[in-house]
Amino acid sequence: MTFILTAVLVLGATGLVLGLVLYLISRKFKVEEDPRVGQITELLPGANCGGCGFPGCSAFAAACVKSDSMEGLKCSVCKSEVMQQIASITGHAVEVGVEKVAVVRCNGSCQNRPRTRVYDGARSCAAAALMNGGETGCFFGCLGCGDCVKACKFDAIHMDPETGLPVVDQDKCTACGACAKACPRGIIELRNKNKLDRRVYVSCVNKDKGPIAKKACSVACIGCGKCVKACPFEAITLENNLAYIDFEKCRLCRKCVDECPQQTIMAVNFPPKKAAAPAQPVQTEQPAPADNTVTE
Amino acid sequence: MAQKLYVTTSPHVHCGDTIERNMRWVIVALMPALIASFVVFGLGSLIVTATSVASCLFFEWFITKVFLKKPSTLADGSAIITGILLAFNLPSNLPLYMIVIGALVAIGIGKMAFGGLGNNPFNPALVGRVFLLISFPAKMTSWPVPHQLSAYADAVTGATPMNLIGQIAGGNVSAADQLPGLTDLFLGNIGGCIGEVSALALLIGLVILLWRKVITWHIPVAILLTVAVLTGIMWLINPVLYVNPLYHLCSGGLMLGAIFMATDYVTSPMTHKGMLWYGAGIGFLTVIIRYFGSYPEGMSFAILIMNAVTPLINNWCKPKRFGEAVK
Amino acid sequence: MNTFKIGGVHPEPNKLTADRKIETLGLPKQAVFPLSQHIGAPAVPCVQKGDTVMVGTRIAEPGGFMSASIHSSVSGKVAKIDTIVDASGLRKPAIFIDVDGDEWDPSIDRSDKLVLQCNLSREEIIEKIKNAGVVGMGGACFPTHVKLSPPKDCTIDTLIINAVECEPYLTADHRLMLEYPDQILIGIKVILKVLGIDRAVIGIEANKPDAIELMRTKTAMVSGIEVMPLKMKYPQGGEKQLIEAVTGRQVPPPPALPANVGCVVQNVGTVFAIYEAVMKNKPLFERIVTVTGQELRNPCNLKVRMGTPVSQLIEYAGGMPEDTGKLISGGPMMGRPLLDDTAPVVKGTSGLLMIPESDAIRREERNCIRCAKCVQACPMGLEPYLLATASESSDWECAEENWIMSCIECGCCQSTCPSRRPLLDWVRLAKNRVGGIIRARNAKK
Repeated sequence: MTFILTAVLVLGATGLVLGLVLYLISRKFKVEEDPRVGQITELLPGANCGGCGFPGCSAFAAACVKSDSMEGLKCSVCKSEVMQQIASITGHAVEVGVEKVAVVRCNGSCQNRPRTRVYDGARSCAAAALMNGGETGCFFGCLGCGDCVKACKFDAIHMDPETGLPVVDQDKCTACGACAKACPRGIIELRNKNKLDRRVYVSCVNKDKGPIAKKACSVACIGCGKCVKACPFEAITLENNLAYIDFEKCRLCRKCVDECPQQTIMAVNFPPKKAAAPAQPVQTEQPAPADNTVTE
Repeated sequence: MAQKLYVTTSPHVHCGDTIERNMRWVIVALMPALIASFVVFGLGSLIVTATSVASCLFFEWFITKVFLKKPSTLADGSAIITGILLAFNLPSNLPLYMIVIGALVAIGIGKMAFGGLGNNPFNPALVGRVFLLISFPAKMTSWPVPHQLSAYADAVTGATPMNLIGQIAGGNVSAADQLPGLTDLFLGNIGGCIGEVSALALLIGLVILLWRKVITWHIPVAILLTVAVLTGIMWLINPVLYVNPLYHLCSGGLMLGAIFMATDYVTSPMTHKGMLWYGAGIGFLTVIIRYFGSYPEGMSFAILIMNAVTPLINNWCKPKRFGEAVK
Repeated sequence: MNTFKIGGVHPEPNKLTADRKIETLGLPKQAVFPLSQHIGAPAVPCVQKGDTVMVGTRIAEPGGFMSASIHSSVSGKVAKIDTIVDASGLRKPAIFIDVDGDEWDPSIDRSDKLVLQCNLSREEIIEKIKNAGVVGMGGACFPTHVKLSPPKDCTIDTLIINAVECEPYLTADHRLMLEYPDQILIGIKVILKVLGIDRAVIGIEANKPDAIELMRTKTAMVSGIEVMPLKMKYPQGGEKQLIEAVTGRQVPPPPALPANVGCVVQNVGTVFAIYEAVMKNKPLFERIVTVTGQELRNPCNLKVRMGTPVSQLIEYAGGMPEDTGKLISGGPMMGRPLLDDTAPVVKGTSGLLMIPESDAIRREERNCIRCAKCVQACPMGLEPYLLATASESSDWECAEENWIMSCIECGCCQSTCPSRRPLLDWVRLAKNRVGGIIRARNAKK
């Protein structure tokens, strides 16, 4: 009996003393932190994706509290309501930003872009991009090693085994921009989400001259400029044999889509055109699948 | 041009070395010791080794197939080596179920739990062995005496040189009379674990490993030298209590550990400098445990402790960089 | 016999063409001259479409101090200035010339007579080398006039001639020494004059006893030039390894240069090009190329006009074997893979190697088993396994701390790895990234 008692007493006393020491130390070395930092960190997604330009969510929260205004501070992942809440904590006004989504601007699937050689090195786009043009005649398009997939913290981008191209899950995508940064070819761009997730964009980044680009990939932009002429809003520019649609100016009229001889311009999430549309079914006009993912 | 060319950055040629080649030569190098143990302990050694290898292979296959659902890694030969090494660290009359448990711990906890070959921080065979040593201390520390060729379960057991050395150091000087001669020790005419008895057979294995460039000389030499020097000093201080360093070198699991267990690729340091420190650490800890610990033999614990220190050694001991000295 | 101390490997030498005399390849139909054939700024074209050029006419001027001129190797008309996929695997601008006859610039001395006497001053020689567009012929293509003007605060005492040719398969330098030893000796004397020193060492690996013998007899009467046989070990032809093997000095890590330890290294091919440029007034537009491969019908050493498509060389050597899996410009350890056989021969093309498909495929990569063979093989004393892991996880700080910028990309680590990991691919990526970070940091300062 005394045996048990001794043990209880000794252990209890040790625990008491150590607890006291811990308490004193925590009092002595207490770090004064603005309670708002904690509140904001609670609101943030906590994925530490770095899309805001700060090393992590708590660093972003600290920056929000420290700053005089919310200018330049935007968690790319949070919805605008959350940003509003953060702003109310710091007491600053916040601009309602436009929601964006990552868009893969390459359609060089196995059918469209024939493999002309085999890349057998380290499975990394960055490493493949260092040495040469990957496996096809296109020196600008997707390398297919999945650096963007590795970079995504939100499980929002995956390689499609059929096409060998990455596919963005637009519901999961938070437009943090990690994939765009990871892509050595700069294929992935953050574009406005728009109403009903409708988007019109040039799905190609090939800057080679028309014939070379066309030989490498059947859906490459050949820089013909027809879309530029077709656009009523001057949203399309042609530079280095490559058309680009400015998503700020684009009004989603889709005139360029019909005009493009290469079917390079993508229009996603639009309802199918009426029967009066051109007889040959244009691949890009297919409706988005039920799960609402961008398949092109 | 018809054919599709491969494009990869240089180098475009390979020396042809593979994991399998290295593992194959380790297995070959272990064979002299297996033969020696058969000569000394008879059938029991083969039964234990076969059981151990078979169960290691089975558990590795089972875990990769059922739990990990990955292609089998049996072909790389590492499970065979783990099996042989585990058996080499067991007495030749150990009950079979214990061997199976040891193999399960070695492969399951020692290796596959960490992600398979290449990721395990500790030598899997030693993890299995130490688990058995702690769980079944009596069975694990009673070794059959040599030359009972057909005996397995009913083998007569006796004190090993390691026990005797410990007793002498503890003050029982009369135990020195029971110590076998050095020639018997060197050839393996003594009691002990299966693989550790014959220093000669193990040294043949070392020569094979060095000849095929599977390992470098650094770790074995560092361990043996450290043990020889430390026990030599003790011997010079008091030759009555502490035995001749040659007894230490040829007895217990020292040779087996220094040549086959400590040199395990995955758990040993990467640089020559690091290997020397690692070997010295193992030698030091072995002598400490042999003389001052409660177990007569300290090789397994010494290697496991130094395995744990390996990442630190890798951090500290960097190779000599080209142009560093001139800076 | 001397060699370097740290690391190194022994790949199969496979010198199939060591006893094949240098043959001259015919003119191409169209010659293509990429504008960046050297380290540094690309050259700037100084001809236009439709211009007529002669053999030896300068067609592009240096685009900066660290750059080199390019000369036409053929006579004919400039067809266009367009882009071509060169040996780097990228599309680069190039000058296309349609060949018409073989009319040489009259200032070039085409006779076989040796010119022994050089009465030019140091500056005049460097100017001549610069105008001739001479670059390092070992593969790196460093502009030679830059290398021959070492920084003022370095005292040079030794000229090292790199005749090691440690890359398997290649024999271009070996044949050059056997067939043009006198020219090489005169070239060495010219370089010694430029550097204002009187000691030169020719480093030759022991697997070329005939070249060692010949160079020894030729240099017996010359004071100051020594032939040093070296023990076979790859990468002895690396500049830093060669300096250590010959002088025992180690070049400090970058940004230090060989000049910091008093050495200048020149390849034998470069020495020959310097001889031709200075004494014969002939710009660099021809080079020796080893066309080789285990399955090739007629492996040979060819004297080729630059700009010739490699398909013509392969045809001369008996056509590309059916099972070819890789076409490499250079040797198997450091050469670059070509995307197809249309690429032209450039200043740095030391060889063309065809590897059968069975050898070209890399075997499946496995876990690192930490066998430390890469650490033992690395001639720079690095830890490739660690650098590759750091690169895989984008840990550039760790890579920089562990001396990644010292890597010479020799490939020893990857070629010894029993787990077949693409170590050098990862290390190269990290080196590229860390180099960018360092440059950005320096620019900020």
